[in-house]
Amino acid sequence: MGTDTFFSTSSASAHMISENSRLLYLQLLRIRTFEDRVGELFLQGGSAGTMLHLSIGEEAPAVGVAEAMEPKDSFTTHHRGHGIFLARGADPKRMLAEIAGKEAGYCRGKGGSMHIADRKLGHLGANAIVGGGIPHVVGAGLSYQLLKVPAVSVAFFGDGAMQQGNLYESMNLAALWKLPVLFVCINNQYGMGTRLDQASASLEFVKRAESFGLVGKEVSGLDVEEVKKEAMEILALAREGKPAFMKIDCYRFHGHARKDKSPYRDQNEEEEGRKKDPLKYQADRLLEQGVSVSEMDSWHKKVADEMDEALNFALETQEPVLNSMFEDVYAPNLTHPESVGSRIDRALYSDILLGDSR
Amino acid sequence: MKEMTYRDALRLGLQESMQSDPTIVILGEEVGRYGGAYGVTKGLLHEFGEDWVRDTPISEEILVGAAVGAAMTGLRPVAELMYVDFITLAMDQLVNQAAKIRYMFGGQISVPMMLRSQGGTGRSAAAQHSQSLEAWVMHTPGLHLAMPADATDAYVLIKHALTLADPVIFLEHKGLYAQSFPFNPESAPPWGRAKISRSGNDCSIICYSRMVQRSLEAAAQLAELGVRVEVVDLRTLHPLDMETVTKSVRKTGRVLVVTEDCLTAGVSAELSARITEENFEYLEEPVLRMAGEDIPIPVAPALEAASVPTNESIKQSILKLMRKK
Repeated sequence: MGTDTFFSTSSASAHMISENSRLLYLQLLRIRTFEDRVGELFLQGGSAGTMLHLSIGEEAPAVGVAEAMEPKDSFTTHHRGHGIFLARGADPKRMLAEIAGKEAGYCRGKGGSMHIADRKLGHLGANAIVGGGIPHVVGAGLSYQLLKVPAVSVAFFGDGAMQQGNLYESMNLAALWKLPVLFVCINNQYGMGTRLDQASASLEFVKRAESFGLVGKEVSGLDVEEVKKEAMEILALAREGKPAFMKIDCYRFHGHARKDKSPYRDQNEEEEGRKKDPLKYQADRLLEQGVSVSEMDSWHKKVADEMDEALNFALETQEPVLNSMFEDVYAPNLTHPESVGSRIDRALYSDILLGDSR
Repeated sequence: MKEMTYRDALRLGLQESMQSDPTIVILGEEVGRYGGAYGVTKGLLHEFGEDWVRDTPISEEILVGAAVGAAMTGLRPVAELMYVDFITLAMDQLVNQAAKIRYMFGGQISVPMMLRSQGGTGRSAAAQHSQSLEAWVMHTPGLHLAMPADATDAYVLIKHALTLADPVIFLEHKGLYAQSFPFNPESAPPWGRAKISRSGNDCSIICYSRMVQRSLEAAAQLAELGVRVEVVDLRTLHPLDMETVTKSVRKTGRVLVVTEDCLTAGVSAELSARITEENFEYLEEPVLRMAGEDIPIPVAPALEAASVPTNESIKQSILKLMRKK
């Protein structure tokens, strides 16, 4: 569902309220609600596996940068990328169907939560190898430079990837070749259960990027409007061939994955962390601008309806047929894997089947 | 017939492909100004310019990873790893990324890239510059794998590989670059088909890359002893042309698989298993394997030479295989 449909009937106070503020709030709310439905999908036994990494608390970095991007821009994400994809225009039905491992999902039920992608929306893939998708935006930047496409490619990753070597190979090459690339570190303070200061002796990430010749910025992930404003400035530089790095600080409200109860963090820390809530922060701003509580409730209901519909779709749509597991390994007109069972049959009845080898 | 070196045939294939496809970009260590560590890309920088023939830093992971990303977004990159031994540094991008992107993303996104490299013994380059690592590639679904044995195949296989919609690993042999071969592209079988490099009725040698040459030399010597050996050059390990192999095996009933990669869990193991499964009742003897010894490659020339199959050791193995005939 497009965000503009939510505002087709404007209230009396509409002219007082910034359209930008409302749109950003709505996107934050959609992500928060979507992630909640991912949890429900799991509880109802509908998710494919338990490798579900929720981005609750990290909505502002996703929305702020995504809203600053242009339609032609591309991106890769880490394994905690539902929110980014949603903010770039993903259909929550197809997303939840993918997370459920269904044929109607974005990747025919073959990728799931951690490997979702959509060529049309410029999503070059979520990646479950920490840092794995970062080099791809360097390659995409090279494509845009050589093919003269006025686009930027954006890598979203967590603070865990700040300790991966390929990030620094990527930063060096992007800077060396002056590629239209933006590296975005969504710092949620934890790589799985290891706090950032237990993983890195220096937390001066912007300095690291600057030492490679990148433009670097550090932004709070509390205020989505601030993130968007900063991202627009830095994307404009990247578009001119000045690759850049953004570190956006936030707090991962829940555990690493669905079953993680975060035994490695104490309750006080979690309570303090959850006070840095980008959704509430933006809601307060809107209330100050004069949005009524009842109006806000009506948005919440519409978003809840949208995500409930997506959840029902994901639960009801069909499973992939078994034979589809052999499709998409290679391009359709090239080779096709032979099943183990078929090989056994050929071994035992080879005279009949000779010539059927691939 | 016209003759050409393996190196020149590769260069000609790259050059003609770049002339007809303006999205091909070469990325690699020393591919531009230096002309490639083994001279394959010499002169291409001059013809196509530094945008399209790009020297990279010594950063194998990003060099392969950038090729993956470029292939996803409209280019056809040819990433060169100077030695296949360096593939370890790029393994995530090759195995977890290039090979799986089409599949994980439900067929939406293609990765039409080539990873060129070279392997094998012969230059006393020691344990980290002499390996044959094709089994790792063959063990990864989603990759195509070509290993030409002569100049004609170097040319036709690289040209065809540069039209495919999937990642292709193109492994050359350092011992072949400077050698001249008859050059006759019209005679080459299509992509994915093996070729009978020498016909014979007594036994079959299944091989690829430099082991084809050694097998042919052994076969020539064996012919003088009255043993007629058939040599099957696989040319590509993915696709794997078991149909041609099977026809040869059923004709001769005796098989020696010859590979340079080490024996255990190597390409020879897969070939032996398939040949046995599919031709059990046609075999007169167990399928024999000659392969690299299960050791790191030593630097001492005599040790290195003895660590992989040679003309003589292939010949002796064939004579053993023929013991009951």
